[in-house]
Amino acid sequence: MNIVLLTFLLIVAIAIIRTRDLFAVTMLLSIYGLLSASFFVTLDAVDVAFTEAAVGAGISGLLMLVAISITGRKEQSAKRKPFIALLVVSLTTLLLFYGISDMPYFGATDAPIHNHVAPRYIQDSMGEVGIPNIVTSVLATYRAFDTFGEVVVIFTAGIGVFALLSSSNAHSQAKNIIPDQNSMDKRHLVIRIVTKILFPFILLFALYVQFHGDFGPGGGFQAGVVFAAAVILYAMLFGMKEATKVFSQSLVQVVAAIGVLLYASVGVATLLLGGDFFDYNSLASDPIAGQHIGILVIELGVGCTVAAVMMIIFFSFNDLQEQPKADNNKEPEL
Amino acid sequence: MIMGHFNSWVVIILMMIGLYIVIAQGNLIKKLVGLTLFQTSVFIFYISMANVDGATAPILAQGITSYSNPLPHALILTAIVVGIATTAVGLALVVRIKAAYGSIEEDEIDAIDKQEG
Amino acid sequence: MDTLMNFLSALCLLVGALICVSGAVGVNRFNDFYTRMHAASVTDTLGAAFILIGLMLISDQFIVIAKLMIILLLGLIVGPTTSHVLAKAALKNGLKPNIPEQSRNDISKK
Repeated sequence: MNIVLLTFLLIVAIAIIRTRDLFAVTMLLSIYGLLSASFFVTLDAVDVAFTEAAVGAGISGLLMLVAISITGRKEQSAKRKPFIALLVVSLTTLLLFYGISDMPYFGATDAPIHNHVAPRYIQDSMGEVGIPNIVTSVLATYRAFDTFGEVVVIFTAGIGVFALLSSSNAHSQAKNIIPDQNSMDKRHLVIRIVTKILFPFILLFALYVQFHGDFGPGGGFQAGVVFAAAVILYAMLFGMKEATKVFSQSLVQVVAAIGVLLYASVGVATLLLGGDFFDYNSLASDPIAGQHIGILVIELGVGCTVAAVMMIIFFSFNDLQEQPKADNNKEPEL
Repeated sequence: MIMGHFNSWVVIILMMIGLYIVIAQGNLIKKLVGLTLFQTSVFIFYISMANVDGATAPILAQGITSYSNPLPHALILTAIVVGIATTAVGLALVVRIKAAYGSIEEDEIDAIDKQEG
Repeated sequence: MDTLMNFLSALCLLVGALICVSGAVGVNRFNDFYTRMHAASVTDTLGAAFILIGLMLISDQFIVIAKLMIILLLGLIVGPTTSHVLAKAALKNGLKPNIPEQSRNDISKK
């Protein structure tokens, strides 16, 4: 099973090199993400597969499509043969092949990776933290500081995209655009009705994944991505004006900042209550209840930030697109 | 020998394909796609390292004694979301380059830079 | 009863896989975009439905059957909608369906 999936991945990767049309490259990238998500499932990494399917197969393809609709679809063919690049790549490949032969076989139970810290996490997680999903307990309790750094990185990326793409032109133009279609426009009837039916269920599923992350695959990251995907779907179909009635730009930015603030305040609270930084045992009288409270609040922070940052990124790209451009972005109408 | 390390052969080839796209292709968006390929192949490598023969997903359940290693799963979870965030920043940069230079091919951008001195 | 359920489930899974393969063959061999779209969407939805029914037959807990039924419902809603949207986008952008000459004359003569 692994061999089949990996062979498909190789075929898709080689196809990406040889394709000139960027639209097709985006589709191939989404297929690549979906295939790697299936591969992760066959390797028993269910949390990772969920995240890769939501992010790699969904959001990343969407972002590339929005970028391509601004910059153009065709890639020019290379003017000269890239011999030096091929040489460098082949040399590195040979060196890596030589280095791989020393590694222990995948799947062996006595490999060094399985013998130092991991058995402690697996055996003590139920006693110290009390939730069945070991990956969530590693992410939220044992390695909470790493996850904090990552939330800050995501927030910074959102700020970066917003700073790069927002311009005063965009905002003044957006106010002048009169909505030229009412919401149930005849042209897009089928998909608008289906979206209106499905939209509350998608949001409900995002909330379910957020709070069920303790017992099964899930948690803050996946929930944030699914939530943002639902809002982006709505915004794409009904126009930015409808979407910004509920999720205005300033609200989304404030929510992103609140997510990071929640995460950091849990850490500061544990410091103030006498424990180490991010040591949840001091949050309540019973250590296990303290762990549960700590994990709940930081997962909420992570979910808020991820959802808000994805929405910021998409809205920034979309604002740029609504400016009247000359003639170089023929956005295919739906 | 070959089948024990089969995952790593494929991962190395995928990594090198990603590297080749970043170095050799001229279009900036294609380079970002190559970077994403590279990142995803590294994820596959980590997850295949974390796999244990005959074990199940690391969610505690009744009657199961051996689990896969949860530590790389947590690392890769963070890595995937950070990867998409950096790809988004890269795409925003490409859009601004297009607005400033008028093209996203590396050769043309170099030529315009040389012209302006 | 148990072996009957196992046999039926195996049959459903096999039929679902064969339908998906036939969809792939159809996408490859048809020469017009709209017929390819038709092959892909119909066979994908039906093949996924058969596979899910096959999985439902051998699961023993009710919660698993309920989750699979929800997935089936969502698949039935989303699949045809996606293919409709794609075909509509193609039509909007000017891709005309490839009607052979003889039937075009028959239609215009009526």
